[in-house]
Amino acid sequence: MNRVVTGAHYGLRDWLAQRITAIIMAVYTLIILCVFMLGLPVNYGVWKDLFAQGWMRVATLLFAASLAWHVWVGVRDILMDYVRPLGLRFTLEMLVLFTIAGYLGWTIQILWR
Amino acid sequence: MRDTAAREVRPKYLNLQALLFEIRLPLPGWVSILHRISGAFLFLAVVWLLFMLDRSLSSQAGFDAVKRYMDLWPVKLGLLAVVWAYCHHFCAGIRFLLLDIHKGVDLATARATSWLVLGASIALTAFFGWKLW
Repeated sequence: MNRVVTGAHYGLRDWLAQRITAIIMAVYTLIILCVFMLGLPVNYGVWKDLFAQGWMRVATLLFAASLAWHVWVGVRDILMDYVRPLGLRFTLEMLVLFTIAGYLGWTIQILWR
Repeated sequence: MRDTAAREVRPKYLNLQALLFEIRLPLPGWVSILHRISGAFLFLAVVWLLFMLDRSLSSQAGFDAVKRYMDLWPVKLGLLAVVWAYCHHFCAGIRFLLLDIHKGVDLATARATSWLVLGASIALTAFFGWKLW
C-alpha cells in the first residue's frame, strides 16, 4: 500500500477509537442530563460545587480526552475527503491538531484552576 | 429534451450545480451528510462553549455575565444550533453504531431509522430549547 504522510493508519485502530470514544461521550452526556434533571437551582454555588467534585472533574476530563481523539479522526476524515493538495491538507491537519491540543489544555485549566 | 441530453453526458463530474440540483441524496444519505456537517460545526463551536464554561466557573460576576449573555437572542439562536447539532450527531451516531453491528441494514429499516433520527433530534432540540428558556 502506498503510504502518505497525511493519511490514516490503514487499520482498525482509529475506526475503533472513534466508536469507543463515542460511547464514552454518550454515557457522560446521559449522566450530565440526569444531574440536570435533579432540578437543582441554577446558581453559581451549585454550578461551582458540581465542578469542584472529584468524579465530575475526572469524568469531564475523560469526556474532553475522548472528544479530542474522536474529533481528530472525524475532522481528518473530512480533510482527506475534500482537501486534495497535500500541502494544504497537511497545514489544515496541523491547525486542527493545535486547536485540539488548545481545547484540551484549556479544559484542564478550567477544571483545576 | 434538454434533460435527456444532459443525462447522456459521461463522465459526470461533481460541481455546485450537480450537487444542488441534479444529485438527489437518499434519506440515509441526508442523515450521513448532516452527521458530518454537525460534527464539523460542533468542533468549531467547542471554543465558544469553553469560553462560556470558563467565565461561568470563574466567579459570581462571571456566572452572572454568562447568564445575561445567554439571554441575548443571537446567543440563544447559536446555542439552539449547537443543541440541534449535538442531538443529531448523538442520534445519528447511535444509528451508525447499530449499523456497524449489522442492525437495521435492510433498506426499509434504514429509511425508518433515518426518519427516526431526524425526528428525534428535532424533538430533543425543541425539548431542550423549551427547558433552557
